[in-house]
Amino acid sequence: MDSALIPEGVKRCSFGKFILWIIIVGAVLLWGVVAMLLCWFKGLNQTNMNDAYGFAMWIWADLAVIALGGGAFFTGLLRYVIGKDELKNIINYAVLIGFICYSSALLILAIDIGQPLRGWFIFWHANVHSMLTEVAFCLSCYFAVLTIEYIPLILENRQIDKVPFFHNLSHNMHGIMVIFAATGAFLSFFHQGSLGGTPAVLYGRPFAFREGVLIWPWTFFLFTWSAAACGPCFTILVTWITEKITRKKLVRQNVIMLLAKIAGWMLATYTVAKIIDTWYWATVTAPASGFNFMDFYSNNPLYGPWILVLEIVVCGVIPSLILITKTGRKSSFLLISAVLLAVLGACVNRWVMVLQVMAVPVLTFESWFMYFPSWQEIATTILPVAYGIILIMISYRYLPIFPQEQELEEEKNASIFV
Amino acid sequence: MKEEHKHGKASKFGMVIDLDKCTGCGSCMVACMSENNVPFKKDETNKLDSITWLRIYKLTNGKKFPETDICYIPRPCMQCEGDHGHSPCVSVCPATATDYNHETGIVSQIYTRCFGCRYCMAACPYHARYFNWWDPVWPDGMEKYLSPNVSPRMRGVVEKCSFCFHRYQLAKNKAYAQGRRELKEDEYQTACTQACPAGAITFGDLNNSHHAVYKLVKPDNKHGGRPRNPNAFRLLERLGTNPKVYYLSSREWVRRAGDNYIKDEVKKEHH
Repeated sequence: MDSALIPEGVKRCSFGKFILWIIIVGAVLLWGVVAMLLCWFKGLNQTNMNDAYGFAMWIWADLAVIALGGGAFFTGLLRYVIGKDELKNIINYAVLIGFICYSSALLILAIDIGQPLRGWFIFWHANVHSMLTEVAFCLSCYFAVLTIEYIPLILENRQIDKVPFFHNLSHNMHGIMVIFAATGAFLSFFHQGSLGGTPAVLYGRPFAFREGVLIWPWTFFLFTWSAAACGPCFTILVTWITEKITRKKLVRQNVIMLLAKIAGWMLATYTVAKIIDTWYWATVTAPASGFNFMDFYSNNPLYGPWILVLEIVVCGVIPSLILITKTGRKSSFLLISAVLLAVLGACVNRWVMVLQVMAVPVLTFESWFMYFPSWQEIATTILPVAYGIILIMISYRYLPIFPQEQELEEEKNASIFV
Repeated sequence: MKEEHKHGKASKFGMVIDLDKCTGCGSCMVACMSENNVPFKKDETNKLDSITWLRIYKLTNGKKFPETDICYIPRPCMQCEGDHGHSPCVSVCPATATDYNHETGIVSQIYTRCFGCRYCMAACPYHARYFNWWDPVWPDGMEKYLSPNVSPRMRGVVEKCSFCFHRYQLAKNKAYAQGRRELKEDEYQTACTQACPAGAITFGDLNNSHHAVYKLVKPDNKHGGRPRNPNAFRLLERLGTNPKVYYLSSREWVRRAGDNYIKDEVKKEHH
């Protein structure tokens, strides 16, 4: 039915099956949309947030998707600026994943603010001292860059490409992509960093507060670093999931191995930096405010030292060791386990820097604040996931996302006949 | 008006609460809510989503009878100065919806500019900032009794204690009309100060050595206003927020409850 739109030389499932899955995922999306509309029309009383938990699940989701979407800027930097040519075979998918992550982040922010119609005040009445101002500006600009990077992909659709104007536009956009990749890397450095600075500048919150250099707390650099490490891991993970669902190889293993190796070294160095940061914070910064390290990890039903071990050892040291060794990368099981752990590590880190910060009591006569999200918060957090799956389904079906797909398919068929 | 301020000496309005006098009666809370049109819900049992610009905490020394002792701590907004006006909440607001007034030392909240990101709430260690989770709903006829000097707030914005700033404005207007630049001590007093039956709350200009607040705490303005009075303390002094709300207590355990100390650490008195 839609075969004229499908890229040449590749196979796709039947249109009926495709639509059926769109409907299934669309139902989840609709659930999220209902929750989103409830929040917009009835207000944030639909959530379980409260005056102690002003920042909650959405801000965590926001920080997490932005970190995981970091695969787009870092892969783009490696491909276009540093010149790792093999990565051209995965950059399209990295851009698509980044586009989904960043559009999701903006949507979540639009739901999260109490007066959505005043969202533009952040630009109009901008306070240059606020980390959130920098986040808003860089995030919006980088989303524009990602859109520009995604457009040539859309233009490469078989039917659109037949129009000479679009064909030439796509070709020319590819030619200047290095400029956008460099701009994207620059913008990402700042907004990933500013997101790291967002909790760390809160000097009234000793659990979050970090010292730093000039106006930038250490987490400014750590967040950028971890996004550059875990973003590509997320790209690898989503590629692997896509390959499993489509039951075909879409990207050659050498490309995955190269990206995994770079991500591994980024993760390893990040983990060392994170350990140093945690050590200094636990022994110098926090005690200066009158807090023992264990004050942050005791007398509550959830947060114990286990979360630090999970984040740094299980999701930092272990995946780093796997990814920086050739043996580790060669084993499919270890490779996927490592990228999964790295992705989990970024999510745990963002959780700690948002939700645990809110949970820790600062006044001596207050106790820990615990929180569980309402169904509206859960639904609106799942909404971007459903939206992302649908966008991937449509893009995979109609756009040449994976340049190596056709030759890998041919090789597979040839080997079957041999 | 602005020009005139430039020539005048800047004020630093602050509050001193004597915890040995406070009975925890809650008159200050009621006066505050009434004065500032603070909205309320039918069910106010959940203190985590109800708005109380001034909230009273009950503390205990944790000892058994007969040594047991309690203390009530009224907690308005601390109007933190931080480092030269770099208060925890003001610097983080992305839309400049909260501001530090260097003429009065009061941290303002501009309701019509706030878009409800709640970053300021995350920044405040005192939980002195409140979000309007609901639109205010007044019982039938009560809207006629709202204060015309304070704008009610809408759903989706943050609000907090303003040290009854509208009273400052009214007092200033009156002084100008009478050809005066300076306010007398009793001309500008907050609602909670006047409502306290025990006289536990004192309000005035911390920069004016004739004012009672100055005499009570003897602020060391060269060191962020740290109190010289050994019985005076501020909440979370060590964080460097430099609040303008001081507490007085003759009881050591109460003073110690004002801040965090690592185990076996001896409290350093700032005098």
